[in-house]
Amino acid sequence: MPAPDAVLATVWNALAGPWQDGTVLRALVEVALIGAVGGVLGCWIVLYGLSYGAESLAHALFPGLVAAALLGAPLLLGGAAGLVVAAVAVAAAGRIPRIGGDTAIAVVVTTMFGLGVLLALSPTSPPGVGGLLFGDVLGLSDADLLLGLGLAVLVLAALWLLHGRLLAVGFDRTSARSLGAAPAVVDTALLVMIALAILVAVQGLGNLLVVAVLIAPAATARLLARRVAPMMGLSAALAVAAGIAGLYLSYYANTAGGASIAGVMVALYLGVLAATSLRPRIVSGRG
Amino acid sequence: MTATVLAEARDLAARYGGGPPAIEDVTFSARPGQRIALLGPNGGGKTTLFRVLLGELSPARGELDLAARVSTVPQTERSRLDYPVTALDVALMGTIAGLPWWRRPGRSERRTALEALAAVGLRAQADRSFGELSGGQRQRVLVARALVQDAGLLLLDEPFSGVDRPSADLLMDLIDRLAAEGRSVIVATHDVEQARSWDLVLCLNRRQVAFGPPEPTLTRSVLERTYAGAIVELPAGAGAGRGVLPAHHHARP
Repeated sequence: MPAPDAVLATVWNALAGPWQDGTVLRALVEVALIGAVGGVLGCWIVLYGLSYGAESLAHALFPGLVAAALLGAPLLLGGAAGLVVAAVAVAAAGRIPRIGGDTAIAVVVTTMFGLGVLLALSPTSPPGVGGLLFGDVLGLSDADLLLGLGLAVLVLAALWLLHGRLLAVGFDRTSARSLGAAPAVVDTALLVMIALAILVAVQGLGNLLVVAVLIAPAATARLLARRVAPMMGLSAALAVAAGIAGLYLSYYANTAGGASIAGVMVALYLGVLAATSLRPRIVSGRG
Repeated sequence: MTATVLAEARDLAARYGGGPPAIEDVTFSARPGQRIALLGPNGGGKTTLFRVLLGELSPARGELDLAARVSTVPQTERSRLDYPVTALDVALMGTIAGLPWWRRPGRSERRTALEALAAVGLRAQADRSFGELSGGQRQRVLVARALVQDAGLLLLDEPFSGVDRPSADLLMDLIDRLAAEGRSVIVATHDVEQARSWDLVLCLNRRQVAFGPPEPTLTRSVLERTYAGAIVELPAGAGAGRGVLPAHHHARP
């Protein structure tokens, strides 16, 4: 039987091992940024029932990101351009007789996403561009991290300022206006913030998996919290913890970084869902 | 409250988009202390009138003078009961309009919200989940939110529907108290018998049928025109419109 000191040393080495590498350390910072933004913003996505919208948004702006990467332009610009094109296309497709709003979004989003994949996976595209699809949490530069940090601060500050209005509109959209919270303004601001959060997370998690961090931690926290503020704290903490756990998994099981993180987040949700379903209901028939 | 008239409408009409008028010929006034019952069938324009008073819909014709802040107390079914907010959170929503956009509610707003909850008898339930409260309690939380907005004129949309008798009595007392404090309360309701105990009634069926004190106003002819003939007479009715109810809307036990 090994001495306790030796066991401790082994555990410490296993825990600290990945962080000896500057690449993994940068991945840790990225995961913390993604977790904080995705966890907090995700609460509004879940409470507003915007999960499908967030996923559509992520896929629709994809060709814009790829085009920006190919042209060497800022990703922010590319993403914004992709969104505008997608919005115009959705509006145009919706005007075609016998195509409803849902179908219009599905048609445009798959078209845009297909276009993006075509560009990203073309043999003539530089290798880094494919990373936008599946993410490359271990391949980030300091500049990527700085941009991510800037966007994350922007989104969190906007969420802090808009908190009361977001709460009022989500609670009762019809009477929100008479309270001084215009639903159209709040909805637009929320969509812009989702687009920005996608830009923060896309390089680390990839366009296909970015939705996981926007929805899974918030959906998990929704099962446990009874107020919005604790729900947000819990969601962000779960997102960061799942991100770190995903990095360990990736390091030791030699699995893809983004997919490992997304996998841990979804597993966490399923675990909490099972636990809360099995727990006898304490609160019943009050009031 | 020094204003002698809190709200005054003259020949008011409103429409949605380019459609036909949803309400027209609406002429009434609300003074401090007055409890006004707003009677009319579903689709008769009660909600439209509320929207005009709240400034959400511009009058297509006529004039509207408001000398007080107007707040709505919507039906609680419209708000989401699974939404993670407490009674205090909901009351605090009343502070949004009064704060600049970059400021979040602070200690003084919190105090105002707690005082409003105390005024509706729910100070002890401030930290309870809104969805866990009873229908009547939820309605009172929304009244507290209107008080936080410092409303002089409160618009209640069928506050007694789905509320049990003890809660309805509490709500009734609260409305009396709000009026006694110098506010005015307009209550959209289907309960004609209850409307008789208020100060004024406003009968609306796309156009204004009548406005005045209940006793001379609520005649059988007025009720027939308000509910387009769809009324039933109770066997115990004492004539002159007494015991007459709109069909499908029965008095509470």
